[in-house]
Amino acid sequence: MAREDPQLRKYPSGIDPAALGEVERNVPAGEAPPLAPNADLAWIGKSVARINGRAKVTGAARFTVDVKLPGMLHARLARSPYPHARLASLDLSMARLHPGVRAALPINETVGRAVETAAEGKPPSTRRVLYVGDIVAGVAAATPEAAQEALRLVRAEYEPLPFVTDLETARVDGAPQVFDGRVRGGGFTDGMAAAAGIAQRGNVRGPNTSGSRGDAIAGLAQADVVVEGEFRTQVQTHCCLETHAVVADWRADGLTVYMSTQYTAGVRSELAHAFGLPLSAVRVVVDAMGGGFGSKSGAGNYVRAAVALSREARAPVRLVLDRREEHLDSGNRPATVQRLRVGARRDGTLTAIALDTYGTAGVTLGAGVGNFAQSIYDCANFAIAQSDVFINAGPASAMRAPGNVQGAYALEQMIDELAEKLSMDPLALRDRIDPSAVRREERRAGAERFGWSRRRAPGFDSGPVKRGIGMAQSYWGANVHTNASCEVRILRDGSVELLSSVQDIGTGIGTVLAQVVAEELGLRPEEIAIRIGDTDFPAGPPSYGSLTTASITPPARNAAHRALRKLFDAVAPALDAAPESLVARAGRIATADNARSVSFREAAAHLRTESIGAVASRSDDYGGFGRKMGDMASAKSALGGVQFAQVAVDVETGIVRVERIVAAQDCGRPMNPRQIESQVHGGVLMGVSYALYEERILDRHTGHVLNADLEHYKIARSRETPEIEMVLLENYQGTSATDAYGIAEPSNIATAPAIANAVYNAIGVRVHRLPMTPSTILAALGRMPAGSALP
Amino acid sequence: MKRFELISAADVPAAAQARSVTVADAMRTKGGRPATDAVVLKAGGIDLLDLMKEGLLEPGRIVNLRDIPELARISEEPDGTLRIGSMVTLAQLAADPAVRARHAALADAAGRSASPQIRHVATIGGNLLQRPRCWYFRSLHHHCARKGGTTCFAFAGENQHHAIFGHDGCAIVHPSTAATALVAFNASVELFAAKRGTRVVALEKFFLGPSQDLSRENDLKSGEILTAVVLPPARPGMRSAHLRQGELESFDWPIADVAVVIEVEPNGVCRRASVVLGAAAPVPYRAKGAEAALVGKRISEDAARGAAVAAIAGAAPLGKNAYKVPVFEALVRRAILDTARTA
Repeated sequence: MAREDPQLRKYPSGIDPAALGEVERNVPAGEAPPLAPNADLAWIGKSVARINGRAKVTGAARFTVDVKLPGMLHARLARSPYPHARLASLDLSMARLHPGVRAALPINETVGRAVETAAEGKPPSTRRVLYVGDIVAGVAAATPEAAQEALRLVRAEYEPLPFVTDLETARVDGAPQVFDGRVRGGGFTDGMAAAAGIAQRGNVRGPNTSGSRGDAIAGLAQADVVVEGEFRTQVQTHCCLETHAVVADWRADGLTVYMSTQYTAGVRSELAHAFGLPLSAVRVVVDAMGGGFGSKSGAGNYVRAAVALSREARAPVRLVLDRREEHLDSGNRPATVQRLRVGARRDGTLTAIALDTYGTAGVTLGAGVGNFAQSIYDCANFAIAQSDVFINAGPASAMRAPGNVQGAYALEQMIDELAEKLSMDPLALRDRIDPSAVRREERRAGAERFGWSRRRAPGFDSGPVKRGIGMAQSYWGANVHTNASCEVRILRDGSVELLSSVQDIGTGIGTVLAQVVAEELGLRPEEIAIRIGDTDFPAGPPSYGSLTTASITPPARNAAHRALRKLFDAVAPALDAAPESLVARAGRIATADNARSVSFREAAAHLRTESIGAVASRSDDYGGFGRKMGDMASAKSALGGVQFAQVAVDVETGIVRVERIVAAQDCGRPMNPRQIESQVHGGVLMGVSYALYEERILDRHTGHVLNADLEHYKIARSRETPEIEMVLLENYQGTSATDAYGIAEPSNIATAPAIANAVYNAIGVRVHRLPMTPSTILAALGRMPAGSALP
Repeated sequence: MKRFELISAADVPAAAQARSVTVADAMRTKGGRPATDAVVLKAGGIDLLDLMKEGLLEPGRIVNLRDIPELARISEEPDGTLRIGSMVTLAQLAADPAVRARHAALADAAGRSASPQIRHVATIGGNLLQRPRCWYFRSLHHHCARKGGTTCFAFAGENQHHAIFGHDGCAIVHPSTAATALVAFNASVELFAAKRGTRVVALEKFFLGPSQDLSRENDLKSGEILTAVVLPPARPGMRSAHLRQGELESFDWPIADVAVVIEVEPNGVCRRASVVLGAAAPVPYRAKGAEAALVGKRISEDAARGAAVAAIAGAAPLGKNAYKVPVFEALVRRAILDTARTA
């Protein structure tokens, strides 16, 4: 174990056991030695129980909403009731006079929305609100009731302006304009790069054709078969069970923010910048978290409001969004309309993919459909044209595989249709066009587990309830954040701690870190104290992009390795051995021949200081990244994922039930199969819910969201939960000290199209829109009463 | 939520002295905040708290009926009439052996309402008197006709969950699933008032459509207390079935809800039929055409199909709820056939 360089090392490589081999890598000095495949390890790759599981089920876990500080005030935000209006005046004097109120401030923060340049010749206008729920003011009071009552005393005068909340209406010339001037960027960019120099006409910004390659027109002309279709997806909201929450504590010596966030270190730098503080004067803390799904990636406007109120009131301020605010103004997945044409030769070889898409992220950019169609299949000719359409609705934000969930829904149905036109099995067609080795194995293993060979012709069942099966694939980058550090300390009493600002969004990264450190030190996971979610510790990565495990487990292992080397140095004389000859195993430090040993605790007693430690940060992937921009990088090989669905469709009521999903997934070296399964269950459930139930409903006459609750905003619940089975591959690549990648997003991409393809197989009619409600299904089946409007 | 006074009534006469107004009256405004001095009655409190949290109702005093034990009992009279106290919970009703044996459709309707947690708190009285779930009605920002405004926003707006029958000025659907079954069983309600004592009204007459009164769903008067639901005895050859379809199977409002009660002669011919549709109209909707189509026939696939077609005759879907018409047709047909499988 303690063997030092040479730096040219051999790593396990390939899919275990189908194609396990070795790869040689040139690695930087100080990296922990190669890890054996999981079967030969003590803790990594084992289903170790969640270290905070007991705390969570007993209610002991501390979420941000549980944080209570002495003298803490309660804040509420005044929000626009108009979808588009000029804020003519704002009078907070009455609110300030209300008993218990300690601060009331206008709030003009507009992060998360598109940045507009003033139209030429127009003076800088007064504040305009752009959607129902746009924040205009904040109050902080001694009690939540006093804050709520003070909101009623905020006197805001609005001059309503024409507005548009319907995607199609917004595209028409002469539609009410959301932005006066040109939009030059802003918003979240995961769905589509907010490239500069994109044309803008009215509310439509686009098309953005970047990513196109070859000649799609010529490719379509060369095709033996062309399939085409238009697919529509809805706005989905994140629905975090713990709504967005913060306690901001502004003091003379610095700012501490307790926040339900996916990125403590990112929020720290955002707030330092926003409030003119050095990084060292801002501390961000999160313990347990009730979900984020992309919507808690940054500080946002509400946290800025809470900090400003705390500064004004000179007291800690708690601000927790209510369920309505959560739906209106904490982000969402944009709606899209995707027109696809796919051409192929008789043998299935793709000659062209042409994708014309527009969508709306409300008042921001980011309604693109990701890199799915661009990347997943071999196809020389690819044309893409993407446009953002602005409407007067709350801004979108990243949401679990932003862009690719929408993109996969359309393309994977189109490929299913192509297979039928070519009289090919959908798996056989993908074997032809899909270059990914890992997805090939997932198709094989998944089909075997699922029983794909039982698939029958579309619309086979004769009764009113028709069963069908379908499959679809996932594409997602194996992402890494290189600004990811942690420290491992060994203390004189033999205790061990890991420190990093990395946060547990709920996926269980703390447990995985304990496994990694325990593996390296020859201890048990419960012997490692995991101290995370606090920017007083070395800065960890964000928990988005499915990159947390890939980014922080290699430094954790390397830090443990380096700390252990220091322990070896300290104990070597007592064992009468060279430090390099020592090994840590089963709680003991021993000579290589096991002739002499001491317990880990006895070894630690030899330390000259109270503790020793090492800080490590994420090295580049061995062999390099495929792509790197700033702190963000992607491995050379993307992640796979193939899902199979069985549905039952009642053609008289239009009710679709998902009965079974088999998810064949990969994430490099699996670190904790039980936690991975938990992620896959979450991804599949979210996909089922997206496919069948969820949709934000905006009233086109008043601009209000009508289902900003969990009553009319429908989400899959217990009885909507299908049987979910996971087939998990071990895919070794020898790219880092742990070789681990992510799972959260890939498990959410293939579900909706697999269900849509299964619905087609059940009823013999292809459904082109989400969610597949009874209304949508009955309309597709032509069972609506004559003369009635389509949904 | 505004501060309010919560008092407990020891018995029905005491509650009747409380000068309460109906929730509908306490909510109606010309715009702006609702009255803040109203006294209202509280049963399980499920709907009341919802309305208060949304700021749609701000009573000054709430009179709790939960400490009146005689309201929480189901009793049977010598002729087999069941008297269901208004504070009987939906869970209690769904589990009651007499109800399950003789009024299967009611047990099913009560047992499939809301969620298990709610069914253990929600009462049958509160369930019948709850206000509609229309999202415009429940929005503080939409001062609709039912709340004292002038517009029904649903007609030109988002009406996928709204009425396909009887939407005369307002397109709500009645929210009670239990009511669908109770109307099919010809149940009545007992209403107590301090000076007058008890009056008994057939449930079907008790509910008011928008053409009768746009701002309330029933004929409860201010000061009155709904004390019991009276369920007539089972008749010879009586069979019933209830089917409810939500977009979700768990905890969701129905998009279609059907209760069928039939009486068959020993020779299998249908003597009487009740076919009632819930989530179809502002009141539980009696499908008279379907009832007529069944009488004098044996229950068969054909008879059920004919009755189902008759049930949806005259449906007037709005812009986005036409899908409910075929769903009702399927559910009526299936519920009629289901009666052959139940007693």
